[in-house]
Amino acid sequence: MTDYKMHLLICGGTGCKASESDEIKNRLTQLIHDLGLEDEVQVVLTGCFGFCEKGPIIKVLPDNTFYVQVTPNDVVEIVEEHIVKGRPVKRLLYTDPTSDEQISDSKGMDFYKKQIRIALKNCGFINPENIDEYIARDGYQALGKCLSEHTPEEVIKEIKDSGLRGRGGGGFPTGLKWEITKNVENEQKYVVCNADEGDPGAFMDRSILEGDPHSVLEAMAICGYCIGADKGLIYIRAEYPLAIQRLKIAIKQAEDYGLIGDDILGSGFNFRLELRYGAGAFVCGEETALIHSMEGLRGEPTFKPPFPSVSGYMGKPTNVNNVETFANIPVIINKGAEWFSKIGTEKSKGTKVFALAGKINNVGLIEVPMGTTLREVIYDIGGGIKDGKAFKAVQTGGPSGGCLTKDYLDLPIDYDNLLASGSMMGSGGMIVMDEDDCMVSIAKFYLDFTLEESCGKCTPCRVGNKRLYELLDKITRGKGEEQDVEKLKELSGVIKDTALCGLGQTSPNPVLSTITNFEHEYKAHVIDGKCPAGQCKSLLRYDIIEDLCTGCTLCFRNCPVGAISGERRQPHYIDQTLCIKCGVCYEKCKFNAITLT
Amino acid sequence: MAKIKSLADLRKMKEEAQSKIKLRENSANPEQVVQIKIGMATCGIASGAKETMKFFVEELEQEAIDAVVTQTGCMGYCYAEPTIEVTLPGKEPVVYGHVKKEKAREIIDSYIKRGELVDGIIPVSFKTIDD
Ligand SMILES: Cc1cc2nc3c(=O)[nH]c(=O)nc-3n(C[C@H](O)[C@H](O)[C@H](O)COP(=O)(O)O)c2cc1C
Ligand code: SF4
Ligand code: SF4
Ligand code: SF4
Ligand code: FES
Ligand code: FES
Repeated sequence: MTDYKMHLLICGGTGCKASESDEIKNRLTQLIHDLGLEDEVQVVLTGCFGFCEKGPIIKVLPDNTFYVQVTPNDVVEIVEEHIVKGRPVKRLLYTDPTSDEQISDSKGMDFYKKQIRIALKNCGFINPENIDEYIARDGYQALGKCLSEHTPEEVIKEIKDSGLRGRGGGGFPTGLKWEITKNVENEQKYVVCNADEGDPGAFMDRSILEGDPHSVLEAMAICGYCIGADKGLIYIRAEYPLAIQRLKIAIKQAEDYGLIGDDILGSGFNFRLELRYGAGAFVCGEETALIHSMEGLRGEPTFKPPFPSVSGYMGKPTNVNNVETFANIPVIINKGAEWFSKIGTEKSKGTKVFALAGKINNVGLIEVPMGTTLREVIYDIGGGIKDGKAFKAVQTGGPSGGCLTKDYLDLPIDYDNLLASGSMMGSGGMIVMDEDDCMVSIAKFYLDFTLEESCGKCTPCRVGNKRLYELLDKITRGKGEEQDVEKLKELSGVIKDTALCGLGQTSPNPVLSTITNFEHEYKAHVIDGKCPAGQCKSLLRYDIIEDLCTGCTLCFRNCPVGAISGERRQPHYIDQTLCIKCGVCYEKCKFNAITLT
Repeated sequence: MAKIKSLADLRKMKEEAQSKIKLRENSANPEQVVQIKIGMATCGIASGAKETMKFFVEELEQEAIDAVVTQTGCMGYCYAEPTIEVTLPGKEPVVYGHVKKEKAREIIDSYIKRGELVDGIIPVSFKTIDD
């Protein structure tokens, strides 16, 4: 056996692949071969490390050196300096945004310090295309243990005891869902993995499937064993080609080893897996719509009950779980419910993966214990707000969630706390906003998304959201009236109460939470005709301060619409009816004679 | 590929597969295993640090001692190359100089296995940047 002294882990996630990690891998492999080091240095393409913004990432083991933003041109230096001479290439190390220090060992990076990885435990650690590496990390042991040593009831009890709740958005207790599906009598049942992941900014499910596909397959088989299903279906969006490719490889390898298929590990249990592709409609992530889509019907939600557990795919009992929910299962079986339930808060156990994005220094995918505060996530792991700006709000829960202000920074994140504060966990998107973000525009952005994604089946969602959008648009265009804010609240309430599915029922959340937490900002728009963040163009006004204007004519010559007039060496003047607020004059004036209000 | 027919087979396979990624497992929890850093700057290499490193990697593997062997830059003891720094779990690092094969053997047998210090210790007179 080859005994490697060094492993080079190169990120093969979607983000890093997009910035040439394949080319980096090829060059590295070639160079190491040329130097005759192929028996000493192993090059491994892994899944996402979570730190995608700084990709492509290379991690060198055993010293845990973490290189960021590597380009194919850096390969020679890495090999010659680090691999041959043992000197890390300093310029490729990560620089801590708060201390400005370079950190070489990934263990010293704040981004990783507060994380506990359960669902992501293999991501960035193993080669997802090699089942042996998964097996080396306890892979399929949980399945083997369940099949050979435990009854379905015992396994379900373990999951219930662990306190695991669905990570797809609703937070329904997973063990309970399995039990309900198990207790429905039927010869044919199904296990469905919801890999539709439509929340803007969220990509944890994709990363898990790309970085550790076997964990999901193993969990689905365990679920099948528990509920009495011999068939699993993975509903994945067609826009995730890499995840699809890795899943296909994983299914093939598991079949070859007999870990998926007939008479698994001599237990008599059969389980087969198939992929189903979604066309990328957000509403198809809703479980009833997802099932209709798989049946070849329009991806429209239907009223529940009946729940899929009772009547799902093809009218048969179907257990639908999210990717991240599944990824937790093998670890729970291997380490035990007690171990798992010690992590997290009283009613939310374990960890949650978040996709941190927005105006934050360390953008990426993180996994933290439930109960971690927003402050720890934003300032410790996220490295604080970009460019030293002030924190304004954080949006959690995607289009169904809300914006939380600085008053909530010390809120321990869990399902119940987020709901109680007017937002929600959702699938784990977390978008950080700074002083330059206009909350009315943010609400409008989310509404635009839900409006676009509404299936149109019911009036409150189809028409109501359109009206909400129009009102918000009116306000951002400076045409808002005072009663519009009341109208927004009223209409939001009606939509929440009357829409058929979760999409419509939650669509007003971003509007309501921004009104609750930032009413003054709405008021500023409609009463004072001002956008405090300076984002709503129609509300901006450029003026020339006569006393400072030297009459240099620079603004006059650069204004694209001829809104500026004035004589040479005389103060100039902006005609507000012509100005399109492009800001060119403001940038050009060398005498600070132009103001923006 | 041969099918895996039982849980026992799967467990056996895991053992085999594990050794291939042991280096990765060990690096993930370095504080729990023996850590050896070998000075590998110009003078170190010239006086045989590469052979020393190879020796440690192979011997520790042979004896099934969980360890992380890494190379590091100049430790500042050009006169005593090859120099190594050994950290046993839960202990302060110890630096040894002039570590050729025989010395390495002695360090493994006495210090790493039994925790008994051997001659040739260099007092640590500096702090590395990651301290
Ligand atoms: C509009 C809408 C979109 C949803 N999108 C997703 C999704 O992309 N992925 C997902 O796992 N769950 C999504 N859900 C939640 C699912 O309906 C369902 O609750 C989940 O798949 C159950 O799995 P869990 O219990 O493991 O979370 C969505 C729900 C709604 C109402
Ligand atoms: S609430 Fe919206 S997405 Fe849901 S069924 Fe009604 S129209 Fe369709
Ligand atoms: S660029 Fe400034 S100083 Fe020159 S004319 Fe315009 S406002 Fe006056
Ligand atoms: S903002 Fe643009 S359009 Fe308006 S006056 Fe200045 S240059 Fe002209
Ligand atoms: S894709 Fe490479 S770190 Fe996420
Ligand atoms: S170069 Fe080796 S100790 Fe200085």
